[in-house]
Parts: sequence; structure tokens; C-alpha cells
Amino acid sequence: MSAGQLPRWVDYGLIPLLNLAAAFLVSGLVVVLIGENPLKAVEVLVWGSLGYGEGIGFTLFYATNFIFTGLAVAVAFHAGLFNIGGEGQAYLGGLGVAFACLALDRFVPWYVTLPFAILGSALMGAAWALIPAWLQATRGSHVVITTIMFNFIASSLMVYLLNNVLKKPGSMQSETRTFEEGGRLPFLNDIFPSFGFGYAPVNLSLFVALAACVLVWLLIWRTKLGFEIRSYGANASAAVYAGISPVRTIVLTMLISGGLAGMMAINEIMGSQHRLLIDFVTGYGFVGIAVALMGRAHPVGIVLAAVLFGMLYQGGAELSFEMPNITRDMIIVIQGLVILFAGALEHMFRPAIGRFFTPSRALMAKEA
Amino acid sequence: MFETLILILDSTVRLSTPLLLACLAGLYSERSGVVDIGLEGKMLGAAFGAGTVAYLTANAWLGLLAGIGVSVGLGLVHGFASITNRGNQIVSGVAINFLAAGLTALLGQTWFRQGGRTPALPEGGRFRDIVWPFAEEMRGIPVIGPIYSELLSGHNILVYAAFLAVPLTWWVLFRTRFGLRLRAVGESPAAVDTAGISVTWLRYRAVVGCGALCGFAGAYLSIAQGAGFGVNMTAGKGFIALAALIFAKWRPASAMLTCLLFGFLDAIAIRMQGQEIPGIGEVPVQFFQALPYILTVILLAGFIGKATPPKAAGIPYVKERS
Repeated sequence: MSAGQLPRWVDYGLIPLLNLAAAFLVSGLVVVLIGENPLKAVEVLVWGSLGYGEGIGFTLFYATNFIFTGLAVAVAFHAGLFNIGGEGQAYLGGLGVAFACLALDRFVPWYVTLPFAILGSALMGAAWALIPAWLQATRGSHVVITTIMFNFIASSLMVYLLNNVLKKPGSMQSETRTFEEGGRLPFLNDIFPSFGFGYAPVNLSLFVALAACVLVWLLIWRTKLGFEIRSYGANASAAVYAGISPVRTIVLTMLISGGLAGMMAINEIMGSQHRLLIDFVTGYGFVGIAVALMGRAHPVGIVLAAVLFGMLYQGGAELSFEMPNITRDMIIVIQGLVILFAGALEHMFRPAIGRFFTPSRALMAKEA
Repeated sequence: MFETLILILDSTVRLSTPLLLACLAGLYSERSGVVDIGLEGKMLGAAFGAGTVAYLTANAWLGLLAGIGVSVGLGLVHGFASITNRGNQIVSGVAINFLAAGLTALLGQTWFRQGGRTPALPEGGRFRDIVWPFAEEMRGIPVIGPIYSELLSGHNILVYAAFLAVPLTWWVLFRTRFGLRLRAVGESPAAVDTAGISVTWLRYRAVVGCGALCGFAGAYLSIAQGAGFGVNMTAGKGFIALAALIFAKWRPASAMLTCLLFGFLDAIAIRMQGQEIPGIGEVPVQFFQALPYILTVILLAGFIGKATPPKAAGIPYVKERS
């Protein structure tokens, strides 16, 4: 059954919701398995993530990360590429942010540093995606495998840099020095005290993320390059016949994708941690895959999916506090289930739903 | 100097074993056209299953069986998603890695309350090293003695099983009817289908075989090499095995050599920590850790030979379309 045979609202609304429901149902079974009440768990999770100002703040903070990595995966999806290297690209993006902040933080205010940090993170993320992109475009090595390899190379490289090159002198920690005021983005709580975000690290980069959503939408659906990307993704050989250069499309798409993944570091490094440290990415790059899948590679869907995953992260933290049996690892389980049901098993419910819709269509055909 | 070399080679064998088992696992799956980046997750799940059952029953064999069971179960999930439902194999693999990482830590903490670890295994819960006959007596003989008593003797049964699995895999893949069909279905499923052989059933058997071998790999980590399960104890070994599989160009004997090479790099990295190489200076340990991945990327780029995957790898088979 092909996608075109179902109404749009089924394709973009009902089926993703069903997949999500299946994922949460199985998650609920896991909660039962470890001897807790799943309804109570949902209540804690929702309250912990949306019930009060600081919880909302944390949810939005995590959502900011997921918007960036989700957009990164989505842009590549449109060209039929699978960028699984968000993890490494975001890690290197942190290096770009740190360079900008370490160089400027003592001399200029944050709003002068920010453009350089954005530029730095995007450049470093894009640079880390360039080699896999170029190898896929010209030498035929598959981007999935090379980006996985690059995740590990990035990890080794960053451990080396943070231990040997960038380390704060006289410190035992593998991290750079803490940035001064000029290298810190203002927290939203300081700008809008009335929201009561409290100690939540949600910061101005949320707006950078939302701006990135608009730009990605414009890029994919309103520019020539976006058209080329979508054409190439829909049918690569037809696109080549139409005069679209595969090398140019692959490389440009992956550069944009890597740049977006790299920008995740603005939120973590300049917005929250205020220093470059080991392992600050911890899976956000991979979650981007789930976010892009659930958001159907559309910026609006990605924002919604990112907020949902933000809720899982923040609500999950609350959950492990309220119900100590359910550790934070539960979030990873839920993520796995969401990726499984919304991604790998996305067609599972389609035939059944298709049967449900066919009779009415046959009727329509008769009337016509 | 010779002693040092023997010691490094000895730990090379120990470090290569889980890679080799996982690499052969991936070999079956990918030769049948099912790409598997969930090797890591299956290994981790198996390590947990093996560690848990070996702790509860004090029986290493039951542990191994449980490890295989968990891993085959995860393999069947992968098969259901990517063969039956024609889902994206990469996405399914990522999901399995997430599921295994989360569930093992969560259940480990719920059941044992030791931060996700299993308690230390009781006597009988581990595969012990097997000392070959006359190993002690031969130790004194120059050259042959250390090779026999250190390098060949004194490993646990899973190590020998892993290296025996190499010729066995070769025989299965290249000398049996099943192997011929398995390789064919990875290259041209439509042709196999036309010949009246079920693509689905072949691929499911490959996925189950992959799961079983990942089960051995995981069990090796938790109940042979280690003495219990630890959170995320695979630490990327599944991905190194994947890299090794590509580096070996999907061939069993090359897989063994590649895993030995990657294990050797690991052994060297541990050995060389903080030591200077004359003329070069101190090489950062991270360089050795990254080397397998760097080598694989260079190979994939076709600069040192060419790695051509099975043609149908990663593509779900749709009957109507062909």
C-alpha cells in the first residue's frame, strides 16, 4: 500500500500517533514489569515536565538541543541521506563555540560573541560532516558507516584535545576554563522573570533554534537548492538526468546537516555549561534521528517532537526522583521504543488502516 | 622483549575474541542483505542476560544460553522490523542499541540494586581458563614454551569457540547449499525468489544466526572475560566489530585477521600508555583507539583496496516491485 492512497491526515496525523501510542504502551509494560504503576508514572512525568515553571524551563532547554539535532537529520533525510553522525558533529561544534567564547569573552558582551559562536559551531559541525559527504559523493563509501566511524573518531579527538591541549592549567578536570560574562548566553529566566523558569538553563539559543526551523523550512521548500535536495532524495537518477549535480547536492546537504548538528553546542556550551567539557553530547545526536522521524522531517513536526522528547528528559529526571525504581535509563528505553515504532515499524499499522479506508473509497468510486 | 611480545599477543587474543564473534555475527546478517548496526545492542543485551542467569544459577552454560536467548530475541525484533515490515534497517538497529542500553541498566538496577551491575558471579558462573596439557612443563623451553603455555593455552572455551567459528563460517557460507543461497539473497533477492526459495525465511535464519553469535560475544564479556555485567560494558565494541566487518570485506578469514589487528591495536594502546616511542615521542592513547575507525574510513574510500558490500544490503525486498 503506497502512501498516496491514504488521506493526508491519516499519513501525517493518525499513523504517527498510533506508532507513538504503541511505543508508550510497551513503555508502560516495562514500567509494570519493574513493579510500578504506569499511570502514576505518566502523571509524574507530565507534571514534572509541564506542571511548573522550572520544569517547563528544563523541558524547553532539552527541546532546544533536539530541535538542532532533529533538523540536522531531517535536512539529510530530504536528500535521501542518513546522517547518523550528529553525535560527532555536535561534539566538534562544541569546539567551535569554545574557540569563539574563549577568544572573545573577556573583551566583548555576549551579543557580539554569539554570531561568532554560531559561525564557529556551524563551521566545525559542517567540517566534521564534510569528509563523509565527500567520500559518499565521490568515492561511494556509504555515509551511514562513515558518519558512525566519525562519531568515534570525534570522541577520541575531543578526549585528546581536552586532556592535552585545551585543558585549564593546573586542573584535574578534562575541560576548558569557564567562560566570562561575554561567553555566556542570558538565561530566559533573567530576561522574562515572570515566567518563573527558576534555575532551568533554558536560554536565548531557544530562539536561535526556532530561527533555524524557519530557515530550514525556507531552504527546503522555497529555494532552488531545497528543490534540488528534495528531487535528489525522491529519485536520485531522475535528478541527475534533470541536471542536478549529485556531488554538489550531497556535499551541500551534509554541510548544512552537520552545521545544524554542530549548533546544538551553542545551547549546551554557551548557554548552560559555560565551558567545553567531555561528553556533553551524550546521545542528543542519536535522539535527533527519533525527532526527525517523528516530526516527519518537517520543521513544525520537529519542534513538536523535540518538545515531546524534552518532556521525556525532564519528566524522566523527575520520575527517577519520585519513583526511585524507575531510573533515568527508562528514558533511553522509551526513546528506543519510539525509534522502533515510529521509525523502523512505521508501516506496521498501514495495511490495517488502509483496509479500513478502502471500502469508503470503493463507494466513492461507485458514486462517481 | 620476546616475553613482552608474547604478553601483548596474549591480550590481543583476549581482546579480539568478542570482536571476532560479533564480526562473524554481522557477517551472516549482512551477507543475507540485512545491515545490522545493532550488534552493539545485541551484545550488551546478551552480556546482561548471561550475567544475570549465571549469577542466579551459578552455571556458566545456562548463562551462555540466556545470553544467546536475549540476543536472538533482539535479532528477531530487527528481523520483524526490517524483513517482515520492510522498515529501515539502520533505524531498527539504532532502536535496538537504545533499547538494550536502557533496559539492561534499568532492569539491572531494579533486580540487583548495585547501580545496574550484576553482583560478582558465584563459583561455576564463569567460564574458566583451560590449561592445556603440559603447559607448565613446557614453559621453560625457549620460544616454543611461551607460545604454547601463554599464547595457545590458558584461554576460556569461548575464545577457542570464536576462532573455531571462523573456518566453520567459511564452510557454511562457501561450501553448503544454505551458504550459497544466503550469499545469493544478499546480492540478488529477486533471483533467489524466482528460484522458488523464500527470501524472508533465509533472511530470518541469517538474523537468528547473527543473534546467536552476538550472544556468544556478550556472554564472553560478562561471564568469561569479566565476572559480571556492568552498565554499557560493550563500550562501542559492536561498532568496532562493524568496522572490522567492512575492513574484512565481508569475508570470514579476513574478519579474523582484522579483529586480531584491532585487538592488537587495543593491546598496544593499553601497553603504551605514557610510554615514549623512540623518534616519535609519546603517542596519545586516543590515537590507537581511533585507528580502527580511521583505517575503515580510508578503506571505504577505496584508498587501500575496495570494500564492496553485498549488493542488496540495506534494501528491503519487495516482491511485487521486481
